[in-house]
Amino acid sequence: MNSQSVQLGRTAIIILMVTAALIVLTPLVWLVAATLKSSDDMFHYTFFPPLSRFTLSQYHDLFTKSPFARYLVNSVFVTSVSVMAQLFFSSLAGFALAKYEFKGKNVIVGIMLATLLLPGQLTMAPQYDLLYHMKMVDSYAGLIVPGAVSVFGIFLFRQSIQQIPDELLQAARIDGCSEFQIYWDIVMPVSRPMIGAFCLISFMGAWNSFLWPQIILHHAELFTLPIGLNQLVSLYQTQYGMLMAGTLLGVLPVVLLFVLLQKEFVAGLTAGAVKG
Amino acid sequence: MSNILAGRPAAQAASGSGPRPGRRPLSDKATPYLFVSPFMILFAVFGVWPIIRSLILAFYATNGPKSQVFVGLKNFEFLFADPDFHTAVWNTLVFAFWSVVLQIPFALGLAILLNQRWLPGRTFLRLAFFSPNLLGQVFVGVLFSVLLAPQYGLLNKALHALIGLPLDTKWLSNPALVMPAIVLTSLWLYVGFNMIYFLAALQAVDKELYEAAMIDGAGPWRQFLAVTLPGIRPVATFVLVTTTIGSFQLFELPYTMLSNSAGPNNAGLTVVMYLYNNGFVTGDLGYASAVGWTLAIGVLLISLVQMRVTGVWKGEAK
Repeated sequence: MNSQSVQLGRTAIIILMVTAALIVLTPLVWLVAATLKSSDDMFHYTFFPPLSRFTLSQYHDLFTKSPFARYLVNSVFVTSVSVMAQLFFSSLAGFALAKYEFKGKNVIVGIMLATLLLPGQLTMAPQYDLLYHMKMVDSYAGLIVPGAVSVFGIFLFRQSIQQIPDELLQAARIDGCSEFQIYWDIVMPVSRPMIGAFCLISFMGAWNSFLWPQIILHHAELFTLPIGLNQLVSLYQTQYGMLMAGTLLGVLPVVLLFVLLQKEFVAGLTAGAVKG
Repeated sequence: MSNILAGRPAAQAASGSGPRPGRRPLSDKATPYLFVSPFMILFAVFGVWPIIRSLILAFYATNGPKSQVFVGLKNFEFLFADPDFHTAVWNTLVFAFWSVVLQIPFALGLAILLNQRWLPGRTFLRLAFFSPNLLGQVFVGVLFSVLLAPQYGLLNKALHALIGLPLDTKWLSNPALVMPAIVLTSLWLYVGFNMIYFLAALQAVDKELYEAAMIDGAGPWRQFLAVTLPGIRPVATFVLVTTTIGSFQLFELPYTMLSNSAGPNNAGLTVVMYLYNNGFVTGDLGYASAVGWTLAIGVLLISLVQMRVTGVWKGEAK
């Protein structure tokens, strides 16, 4: 083939891809810009105003005029407890399923797979009913405990722990390690990439969770960031700058964590799919 | 990786000669049960039991968790006769259809192009396309409710400047435009996510197959059909099924974009929103369970049909 036409086609594709990427990034750039403008300038300048008109007043309003700080603290607490609980339960059970033979193992795996097939919304009503009778409605317990186990996480850890050579664990046993020490001192350190991936995925799930907190939390002082922000939208409908500042702060923790863990994240995301 | 080749025989040798048998017989037997029990207890109480319970609840009318009356199949009869439910199912199907039809070709196309070695800045481009996925649906909903606003909204400004669309196009209050707005927003949000799966799949396709195809004189299109497509079929099926399942669970995006409502003429009412409104706004947990089972069975049937059609189900077992 004629190399000139190939070169032309490639240039066209590069221009197309860069344009598409810029379009995808535009809403995010607009979001950042919106949080740095005064309300008067909000729609006067499409994106950023001149440097002299930059202001942090939207953030100031967000923290002084609305209970946003409260939502932020609540979300940090709920999310960290959820992630740690999920990490511990999933990795421990994943280890047992990967490295031990025991009666009933296949039944457990079968039941877990079966529940993965059912949409989570199916169990919302009976879970609410159950938590009501356990007096856990309108509390963080009702938010965290039902979500403490992640079947997805167990499969993720089972698969990655299966890769650890048996002789490594056997050597530790000979050295007198208890089974729990094997889990804690050998399996967990070796699984660091998977832990990174799982933490990010589980963090995103808990941090962005909306429907279940909306159902289970009634008092505004318990609200997590997504339901709190959604509440602010109906209270401060036209204060776009303030709402956008809240949105940006709601997104930022995930972005930061992603920057730290992106390599592990992609590996974890595709671990099941590509082998599957 | 390496233990796939070397690990097995070594492990067998180790377990044959190791001191395991007899040393800690009790703990050896109990250990795995001990390790899975925290999970099993929570899973049984908050995972399995609610599923069983929802099967029972579906035949009851309830007023919150306090009062429950057996009504037999009445919930299902009412559900299938309710015009609002028909609207919800229709909207959800339309959304799922457009999601699949737009997401998959776009995601696959991006992945193929981003997999080309001659393309400069691939890492940056991949990150750019993936980045919306870091935003939770609620944050996207709030952001896009402003971006899609008439007069001031960025989308209308851009479309006005580019193709002269009226500035007061009411994306979120004109019933005919609500679904396109939701589909577009979700395309922006998820296309990069599916792209990652396709990229991983493309990189796993055996390079020698391409070389062989080229020697046989196959052009790019023929290579795509004969090598790429069969190579990525399991992942493509995975993306197809998960995109469909995800589409059927649509709730947060329309709910927050349409300021906590189903939109004008219920144009943004989805099945999960219908479930939420009946179960947790009206308070009929029994009815919500009936909706939940209807959703679950619908999703299962569609997934099975998809797997059947793409041939993953009967062929090469997972």
